Amino acid sequence: MREVAVIGVGMNRWGELWEKSHRTIWTEAALEAIADAGVDRVDAMYVGCMSGGLFVGQEHLGAMLADQLGMGPIPGTRVESACASGGLAFRQACLAVASGAHDIVLATGVEKMTDVDGGAATYALSTAADQEYECYHGITFPGLYAMMARDHMHRHGTTRQQLAAVAVKNHAHGVLNPLAQFPMKVTAEQVMESVMVADPLRILDCSPITDGAAAAVVVPLDMARQLSKQPPVRVAASAHATDALALHDRADLSWLASTAKAAELAYKQAGVGPKDLSFCEVHDCFTIAEIMVIEALGLAERGKGGAAAASGLTALGGKIPVNPSGGLKSKGHPVGATGVAQIRETVLQLRGACGQRQVKNASRGLTQNMGGTGASTVVHILERA
Amino acid sequence: MIGSARYWREIPQRYRYEAAKCAKCGRVAFPPRLVCAGCRGREFTPVKLAQTGVVETFTVIHVAPTGFGDETPYAVGIVKLDDGVRVTAQITDCETGKLAIGDRVKLEFRRLQQDGESGIICYGYKFVPAIG
Ligand SMILES: [Zn+2]
Repeated sequence: MREVAVIGVGMNRWGELWEKSHRTIWTEAALEAIADAGVDRVDAMYVGCMSGGLFVGQEHLGAMLADQLGMGPIPGTRVESACASGGLAFRQACLAVASGAHDIVLATGVEKMTDVDGGAATYALSTAADQEYECYHGITFPGLYAMMARDHMHRHGTTRQQLAAVAVKNHAHGVLNPLAQFPMKVTAEQVMESVMVADPLRILDCSPITDGAAAAVVVPLDMARQLSKQPPVRVAASAHATDALALHDRADLSWLASTAKAAELAYKQAGVGPKDLSFCEVHDCFTIAEIMVIEALGLAERGKGGAAAASGLTALGGKIPVNPSGGLKSKGHPVGATGVAQIRETVLQLRGACGQRQVKNASRGLTQNMGGTGASTVVHILERA
Repeated sequence: MIGSARYWREIPQRYRYEAAKCAKCGRVAFPPRLVCAGCRGREFTPVKLAQTGVVETFTVIHVAPTGFGDETPYAVGIVKLDDGVRVTAQITDCETGKLAIGDRVKLEFRRLQQDGESGIICYGYKFVPAIG
């Protein structure tokens, strides 16, 4: 297998982009990544998208977006793994380069979520859970994470205040990100008094509905310097693991076994441990998710993620900054794009190009992108080459 | 939203709680599967779910999906039945503010969703408080 590097990244401003179509937001991000890398061709492309069908009535995205890109009849593959679709698209691009099948591969993610109303968006997202044995009973995604939160609170003593601390931190980071959908500060009181969605989770515990796209150019490490002027970022690990689809089939309702497994595989591939990371970009689709994720990644002890989040450990300037981009919470969560946007943030951090939100001396970053209630997780570790 | 064949296929589970017990390791699959998630066994014997259990976690839904909007706020929980099987379902006939982890509940047959686009009235199980 060949070593793999990222030489270009792209992303547009995220938000409710009524004036822009699915294909337009995707093409903007793709062209930016290609220009950033400075390459004049792409040999293959992967598109992470959870549900073009339910959000905009469009499938066959591999062909449609290759057509939009205008780089000839290249193979375009759409990858789906719910909210982990983007991370998985990046992984497929890495595998395609590592295997020798292609040299210059475009990894992308996109979701256009605001063409449908809230009820239809909620339904589209719920298709990541078990339709017949979870959703049939009237449970929603916030509801499933709320049940995980209540279990975590009951079992480990996690508090409402600690959940709020995740939102406060990620919004404070998002203020420093010019592309974030909600770059405004929130206080713990605002979080804890916001509208109830699924008890104990309130609206400010939830990531938003977002239109957006992101892209990255992946090449063999030994060709990176000849193809691009950008400092190459090495992909030190790429790992993927799954778990039971339905939350009720998991042994421990508030332990993310797929994340723990993917992290274990990734640490082994990279030959590093959690203490060797400069920062992480993780899947904070809900405040409780970030608490469970930092435990599964080994950044905090099992059951102590809430206390760790409230202690400042994971804030910019803390020992291990988590979500310097603002995370899904503040940056936005166009589900298929999220995993690729995490890669973009990590590459820019490793180039030292993040301005006010720059992590000091960033040399190695981890991304964690999760689908459903954690039935799939994709983890990558990136390093300065 | 739910077509008639798709609805009909799940009736043995939703109306009659039919599950499958692995002949090799004894794990109960609900709904039945072709491969045991515990031991990869392929032989099962039909069993009926235990109909009482304990609330392991729950939420109260305030923002409902399509088909449930008239019922908010309503509780949904994960219940560990007395045979060890975990099931997700609504918990009804109780004050949602007084629900607690550890409460004993039992399964009852109820109407679940308003008529979908295909006109099917969706029935199935909900949990209600069990005395004692
Ligand atoms: Zn078995």
